[in-house]
Amino acid sequence: MIATIQAWFQQLYETTGFNFTIFYDPYDWDRYVAGLRMTLFLGISTILMSLVIGAVGALLQSGPSRVLRALVNGFVVVFRNTPPLVQIFFFYFGLGTLLPDIRAADGLRVPILDNVQWAIIALSLFAGAFNVEIFRSGIEAVPRTTIEAAEALGYTRFKAYRHVVLPLALRVCLPALNNNLINLLKTTTLAYAIAVPETLYAVKQIWSESQNVLEMMLVLLATYAVLVGVLVWIMHRWERALRIPGYGR
Amino acid sequence: MSVPDRSGTGDVRTGALPVLLPFVRPQARAARLRPVHLWLLAGLALVSLPAWAQGGAAAPSPLAVVIKWAPLLLTGFAFNVAISLMAMAIGTGAGIGLGLAMLAEGRVLPRLAWCVTQVFRNVPWLVLLFFVMFLVPFQITVFGVRVPLPDWVKATFGFSLPVMANVAEIVRGAVRSVPNTQWEAAESLAFTRRQTMWRIILPQCAKRMLPPWMNVYALIAMATVQASIVGVTEMLTLTAQVHAAEGGRSELFAPLYGFALLCFFLYCYPIDRFTAALERRFETR
Amino acid sequence: MTRATPAATPSSTWTPDQPIVRLADVHKSFGTFEVLKGISLAVRKGEVVCIIGPSGSGKSTLIRCVNALVPVSAGSIQVEGIEVTDPRLDKLALRRKVGMVFQQYNLFPHKTALQNVMMAPIHVLGQERREVEARARALLAKVRLAGKEDAYPGELSGGQQQRVAIARSLAMRPDVMLFDEVTAALDPETVKEVLVTIRELAEEGMTCMLVTHEMNFARDVADHIYFTDRGVIVEHGPPATFFASAQDERTRRFLSQVL
Repeated sequence: MIATIQAWFQQLYETTGFNFTIFYDPYDWDRYVAGLRMTLFLGISTILMSLVIGAVGALLQSGPSRVLRALVNGFVVVFRNTPPLVQIFFFYFGLGTLLPDIRAADGLRVPILDNVQWAIIALSLFAGAFNVEIFRSGIEAVPRTTIEAAEALGYTRFKAYRHVVLPLALRVCLPALNNNLINLLKTTTLAYAIAVPETLYAVKQIWSESQNVLEMMLVLLATYAVLVGVLVWIMHRWERALRIPGYGR
Repeated sequence: MSVPDRSGTGDVRTGALPVLLPFVRPQARAARLRPVHLWLLAGLALVSLPAWAQGGAAAPSPLAVVIKWAPLLLTGFAFNVAISLMAMAIGTGAGIGLGLAMLAEGRVLPRLAWCVTQVFRNVPWLVLLFFVMFLVPFQITVFGVRVPLPDWVKATFGFSLPVMANVAEIVRGAVRSVPNTQWEAAESLAFTRRQTMWRIILPQCAKRMLPPWMNVYALIAMATVQASIVGVTEMLTLTAQVHAAEGGRSELFAPLYGFALLCFFLYCYPIDRFTAALERRFETR
Repeated sequence: MTRATPAATPSSTWTPDQPIVRLADVHKSFGTFEVLKGISLAVRKGEVVCIIGPSGSGKSTLIRCVNALVPVSAGSIQVEGIEVTDPRLDKLALRRKVGMVFQQYNLFPHKTALQNVMMAPIHVLGQERREVEARARALLAKVRLAGKEDAYPGELSGGQQQRVAIARSLAMRPDVMLFDEVTAALDPETVKEVLVTIRELAEEGMTCMLVTHEMNFARDVADHIYFTDRGVIVEHGPPATFFASAQDERTRRFLSQVL
């Protein structure tokens, strides 16, 4: 099976000149898959972290401490209004070089956080800033009277949040949240700039060595189309699963 | 599906559930700059200037370096702004056309336009940029005249592609949101479809399109720094060069990139506030 | 009904022959605007009390004070001897005794009718799910919604939703039910089905306090009627005398407008 595919693409190259090295050269294929794996790792870890950041931020924003509220607001405002690429550089070069090095097992001095970890931190903070706002407006969309009804039934503030406010808020903000997470997946390409070997990086390496820019460009477009498509599909499934019968479109 | 929409509400207008309040544009209230945030920014600057004392007599302080190079860096920033404005102009024009194509009658044209829109919206902007940089030739020949295409022109074109797709989606969404009765009313007054679109429908939704359009602009302005990745000289490229010229001291990274953050913040934050204010005004009417 | 409610607030002095709800000189201000200017009334066990009056006369605020949704500015409210104005009030204990139904139903839209009724007994009282479910089904049948257990609020009419809300409140086995203009948001044709449900409750001996605009209903069901205007009780009495021979000029004017 694999041999057939490889033979076919080899044939394609020899007859038409379309050189999809990754489909017959195991070395290129491995590099491509490693890149894809890194993109998935970046995507999943930043999505999870940004959700945590968003939830904690939204909680602090509705909390009693003025200092914390101001801090969260400042975080949101700054991260929403500056380019994510500069944020990544600021974190990786700016803060990364300020942190002390540690001694690795082989005796070499290595930074505490490597480029992958910095990329995850920077991207999560960037998307997290948006999530804070999304979650907060979701919570605000739950009417005061619904919370009142829960109170009248004897719910404590915490229990009312857990059983009534949060389930409703999640449903309200889901479209916006999905949008942001899909956008985050696309933004992971910026990790390329600090040499994180994700898909774009791997593909660029392949085309500069194999001189097949057009072919790899098509592979790149197709890869992201599929990745984004899959995420969109998952999100829509989730939205549908949480849909309340009788409401909405 | 995936407009990188900073408002968070996305292209899908969240219809207000009967029992839920309308989903307010997220940053409308909380994310407003208050004096305390200026202190935060100042704190950020302080964090980024820790090497002040370490520098010693020979090396100038990070602040001095930033001040010394600020004119050059600001020139770079102006170039970013210029690229963003041009990309926005091109992308808006093309996007309106593409959006109208999606709304056109017939079968082939709308589907084709829809596919184009989806592709350019869903592919990462950086990938689109690579696409244009590597596949568009460095010069083109028009009627026997060689027109050179410098890198920055190609980059501008690369940025205008996602703008086009997002503007197309904004146009489509806005036109769709005009009640059907308007079309019927116009038709009963013997307007043609084209007249209806240009004289009745589009004027109504121009107002509605403005906030998301400005939103796209802020995004593209912030995305222009990605041009440095593909070798176009702009603010981030100059920042790296300045850093090298100052001896590549690692403690200079944070202040230099902090300066870039500050420039973009000062440019984009007012746009963001203005967008939110506009949206609130339109909502109450 | 037996109840294992621990005496949360000193209520030992209360005996069932005393008024179950007692308001004494209750004042409430929102900012500088005084909504309630010294309200006193008493509701005995099993009594049905209707509060009527022009809009903006503080009726809703009054009824909301009774289960501490709105804190009062001055005065005293006692429910079965629990002092509602006590800052150390155990709200949970109070709200187990007092059920409330709202004008806008306020059902939880993400839960089915049955789940809406079951939620509070399980989450708040920690009762056993199976026992609660049986009771919830019985309550839905009682408000004539058997067969609608699995419908979401958005799939029900206003009148149906309001009856689910009544069942939800009853599931907590309250001693007093508060109704805050529960028919005001309903279509005329569904008003009746909700009123029938409330009337049945009243006839079973449930203590009820209603804010209502349905004068005919008030005349039929109420044991006592209070007329409020601008934050004070202008006049009160049993329906027969109240409707037949109102003394105060304001009451007469109001009645002539609504009847």
